[in-house]
Amino acid sequence: MTITQPRQDKFADLEPLMALMTGDEKHGPAATSTLDVLWVLYDRVLNVDPADPDAPGRDRFLLSKGHGPMAYYAVLAAKGFIDPGLLPGFAGFDSPLGHHPDRVLLPGVEIGSGSLGHGLGLAVGTALGLRAQGLDRPRVFTLLGDAELDEGSNHEAIAFAGAIGLDSLHAVVIDNASATHGWSGGIATRFEREGWSVLIVDGRDHDALEAAFTAPHQGRPHAVVAVVEPKNAMPVRP
Amino acid sequence: MDTMRERFIATATELLDHDPRLAVVLADISADQFGRAATRHPGRVVNVGIREQLLIGVAGGLALAGLRPIAHTFPSFLIERPFEQIKLDLGHQDVGAVLVSSGASYDMSSMGRTHQAPGDVALLDTLDGWTIHVPGHPDEAEVLLRHASAGDGRVYLRLSGQSNPEPHAVTPGRFEVVRSGQAGTVIAVGPMLQPVLDAVRDLDVTVLYAVTVRPFDVGTLRQAVSASAGTDVVLVEPYLAGTSNREVDEALLDVPHRVLGLGVGHAELRHYGTPAEHAAAHGLDAASLRTRISGFLR
Repeated sequence: MTITQPRQDKFADLEPLMALMTGDEKHGPAATSTLDVLWVLYDRVLNVDPADPDAPGRDRFLLSKGHGPMAYYAVLAAKGFIDPGLLPGFAGFDSPLGHHPDRVLLPGVEIGSGSLGHGLGLAVGTALGLRAQGLDRPRVFTLLGDAELDEGSNHEAIAFAGAIGLDSLHAVVIDNASATHGWSGGIATRFEREGWSVLIVDGRDHDALEAAFTAPHQGRPHAVVAVVEPKNAMPVRP
Repeated sequence: MDTMRERFIATATELLDHDPRLAVVLADISADQFGRAATRHPGRVVNVGIREQLLIGVAGGLALAGLRPIAHTFPSFLIERPFEQIKLDLGHQDVGAVLVSSGASYDMSSMGRTHQAPGDVALLDTLDGWTIHVPGHPDEAEVLLRHASAGDGRVYLRLSGQSNPEPHAVTPGRFEVVRSGQAGTVIAVGPMLQPVLDAVRDLDVTVLYAVTVRPFDVGTLRQAVSASAGTDVVLVEPYLAGTSNREVDEALLDVPHRVLGLGVGHAELRHYGTPAEHAAAHGLDAASLRTRISGFLR
């Protein structure tokens, strides 16, 4: 006899969707590290509509950490932005799903990424552009990795956004301890000292993530450092 | 007469009043001169500080949000330093922007290599989808800026402190036939027009004046070459010598021809002094051009 339980949360749907995409196993850990964050954003936080992916008043989600995008594609498929039938063809010559995403090939994808350190600058420009047109409600979220923060371009964006109090800008940093030389003082302090609001949370706790993403942060850009299991069993530190 | 840079600042300031799509992005350079515009349009004049990667990233983001960004600084810092941002934040995102440089190849002749970018056009040439204008006079710079601002796509406007004495009525994308001759065709780009006209005064050549170098006006070149007995072509460019040789060769694939590509030398010129001295050192003054062009033509 089977007992059917009503499914409140379709998070469990994501694993079978991800399993359809093979070939990028090198970035498996990168994909898994982002799964919960992506799900909470798309399921509970972002004002986005698959039926109207270009709505001017939508929230923007920019995947700056573009490698290992299987979790991202799975979430987009689960939420109706892309056809799940495309997933098995992942990275085929004519597939719109590459090992890094491309906004020109996929509706609902805001930026093409892959080279680390580009998303936050684009997000700053997007936030400024929305504000300049009187669109005060849309938020701009950028997902980064802790190793990605090695790239100096991020710090241009962090300093400038903090200096001008760009409060529609949100950065989410997946911390799986993969930065080669680590971060003296921790990741959160890099944002704090530039005037950002920052919270550190368990990157697998959906309720805590939701609360962190939506915490008030008036007049300042907002960063959430989402801590997950270290990428390597032994962190690489000299 | 005002300089091209001053005309750019004045025109962009006026355009901001009339076109709500436009935004100006700066990295400290010229920022004080955009003060009035920044006061009138605080949301659409953005100075990111000395952060050139962010200059282009912000331009890309503004474009993604639906605006038309005009990003400006010296060519070395606009094109060379943030080149990956140009490739990815503009090209790979497939968004439009207007990049405006002032300083050209050796306007800042006393500042040395760090402030000189003769390779900017050649570098952009490795990317697809760029319109490149090189005006020869502030009036032409204004026409091209207005045209670029009103349009879409990716445009590079390369301004210079060197100017021809008189403006021409320019059509974006079209070479102008300034004079016709039978010994060959000389293409003068932007501020090179006056030195070229002085150099070829007694030579029987066609002179084409180019303020748009990409896309290259293949039609006008082919017409000019077919109307001339001599099929030799000389390019006189205010940036790296040889930058447009390939354009000429592709335009004349079916026409036996020779090309002489004159421009800024490849080696670093470790000298200071004035722009005129640099022009002479690169063989781009009228007397040197006369010798080199007449020595080449058959």
